[in-house]
Amino acid sequence: MTGQPVLEIRNLDVDYGLGDQAVHAVREVNLTLHRGEVLGLAGESGSGKSTLAYGLTRLLPPPGVISGGEVIYHPPGGEPYDVLGLSDRELRAFRWAETAIVFQGAMNSLNPVHKISTQLTDVIKAHQPNLSAAARTARAREMLRLVGISPDRMESYPHQLSGGMRQRVMIGMALALEPQVVIMDEPTTALDVVMQRQILGQLIELRERLGFSVIFITHDLSLLVEFSDRIAIMYGGRIVEEAPAETLYRDPMHPYSQGLLGSFPALRGPRRELAGIPGSPPDLRAMPTGCSFHPRCPKAFEPCPARLPILGQPDAPTGGGRTVACWLHPARVPVG
Amino acid sequence: MKYLLQRIAFYLFTAWAALTLNFVIPRMIPGDPVKSMISRFQGQMDPDAIESLYVLFGIDKQAGIWDQYVDYWGQLFRGDLGLSFTSFPSPVSEVIGTSVWWTVLLVGITTALSFAIGTGLGVLAGWRRGSWIDGLLPATTFLSSVPYFWLGLVAIALLAGPGSFFPSSGGYEPGLVPAFDQYFIPSAIQHSLLPAFTILISSVSGWILSMRNMMVTVAAEDYITVAHAKGLPERRVALSYAARNALLPNVSGFALSLGFIVGGTLLVEIVFSYPGLGYLLFRAVGAKDYPLMQGIFLVITISVLLANLLADVVYMLLDPRTRKEG
Repeated sequence: MTGQPVLEIRNLDVDYGLGDQAVHAVREVNLTLHRGEVLGLAGESGSGKSTLAYGLTRLLPPPGVISGGEVIYHPPGGEPYDVLGLSDRELRAFRWAETAIVFQGAMNSLNPVHKISTQLTDVIKAHQPNLSAAARTARAREMLRLVGISPDRMESYPHQLSGGMRQRVMIGMALALEPQVVIMDEPTTALDVVMQRQILGQLIELRERLGFSVIFITHDLSLLVEFSDRIAIMYGGRIVEEAPAETLYRDPMHPYSQGLLGSFPALRGPRRELAGIPGSPPDLRAMPTGCSFHPRCPKAFEPCPARLPILGQPDAPTGGGRTVACWLHPARVPVG
Repeated sequence: MKYLLQRIAFYLFTAWAALTLNFVIPRMIPGDPVKSMISRFQGQMDPDAIESLYVLFGIDKQAGIWDQYVDYWGQLFRGDLGLSFTSFPSPVSEVIGTSVWWTVLLVGITTALSFAIGTGLGVLAGWRRGSWIDGLLPATTFLSSVPYFWLGLVAIALLAGPGSFFPSSGGYEPGLVPAFDQYFIPSAIQHSLLPAFTILISSVSGWILSMRNMMVTVAAEDYITVAHAKGLPERRVALSYAARNALLPNVSGFALSLGFIVGGTLLVEIVFSYPGLGYLLFRAVGAKDYPLMQGIFLVITISVLLANLLADVVYMLLDPRTRKEG
């Protein structure tokens, strides 16, 4: 995938709190999303995946603050600009029209007191005030049909829909303004496995039809391997490895990625022993020195506790188009 | 619909129980109205006069309690609440009819106003958490913890008195005849200002506090984040998404407080000698005026039950989740 970039995250830092008490939840993250691509973002709970998603859309709940970096958005056929520098008014116009989000809580993402139709049309009204009410309703019905929900559900309230239907309504809502980027923050965590696959399959199909890019956040690496083009692995607020999905699955370089891949069963192929990652995620208030993964790493050696490995292209036969931050594979070409 | 019918049946049962208690309780109070009248005349009444008083009040017949109970229901359905002992020979319904409007207007308007102001400020305080409105909260909480009759006494002591604009008691200038004219209305408004402010000040903070806290709770909901992410205008997120959901508990609280309008501010009316229902009840208890007491209790009971029913209906209108299908 070497398309045009649509969203570039440069050196993004996100803290919770200010001053010495601040917890650095996301540190020096560099990530590029290309047009039409599905970028997977994986990691344990607390690794900073969701914070990254909230940070780049400036939706961080207080006391979250973006303490540094840039998020460059490339509108189709326009000059790129920094999302973090937008005024409130520009930000409101940017949201949903360019970058829509499907949130974790499928059950609570819809306002319980308004009908589906109201919630689908109010976002269209806010961004395209010139559109007539009839046109808005027609658009909303079209969106429901797109995600496989009968348009006569328009007059339903959220509590009258199942969890899967609600999440599909949210996906339909996310696509209502034809955004360039759709961020999916664990969109299927609350759903059963069958529903998960059904919804994700549908999403990938829609992406091929409508051509938007997806940032897909989950802790379920098996889903990512199946549905994404490229995968970035986060640990302790940093990206530790990034590679095309196929490459990462066959040949993970970072011991953490290897651990993650080893902790779920493969659907096909020979049976193998499942292995977890010993220990627990790092305390963000007291991060280990050097590589933050070294206390749990089975392959840690002498430089690991002392120096922080930089994310960069490794010197390896499969080195093309991938980066890793590990002393086992020292960077040849650092990024950033 | 079925749900509503169930509620109505429940309220009918409650009404029956309340009205039965209303019948029993005055009969358990020791003494009777004639005895209290005798003691008012300090025994200087001859036996014939006493006997005729018993006949006059209709408590000479030594009827059994069951017969009295049946009679009581018969009268209720005819709208006949008996004759008042103290304002003899006016019927109770007439005595209540004149004073209930004072209470309904004074307390009704202040309750509605207090709800509107309090909820509005609560929305602001909850939405802009940490702004200057939050700074008002301790002060209003203090005022709400002060009993309002005491606030009334303080208001009278400080603001009313000879030569003051604010009259210290009554509902209108003595000597005026209640009528809708240019003399009576301004006087009635002038007399209602102090009690109204007393009630307003002490009740508004409850609404502010509950609304603010609900706003803060609702603001953390996922659908608020979604509304922000959708790029909706701030006002729409605050009102249509946050406040609309935060309002639900407050609305049922408001409907319930409507029920207490009729009898709830007894002490304020006593402090200001306001000619409302609370003051009337106070006098009726003092004079052992059973029919009047029962009449007032009846009005209070019915208004509380109606307010509860109203709360149910309003809740069904506002919250689609309580509407049952079919």
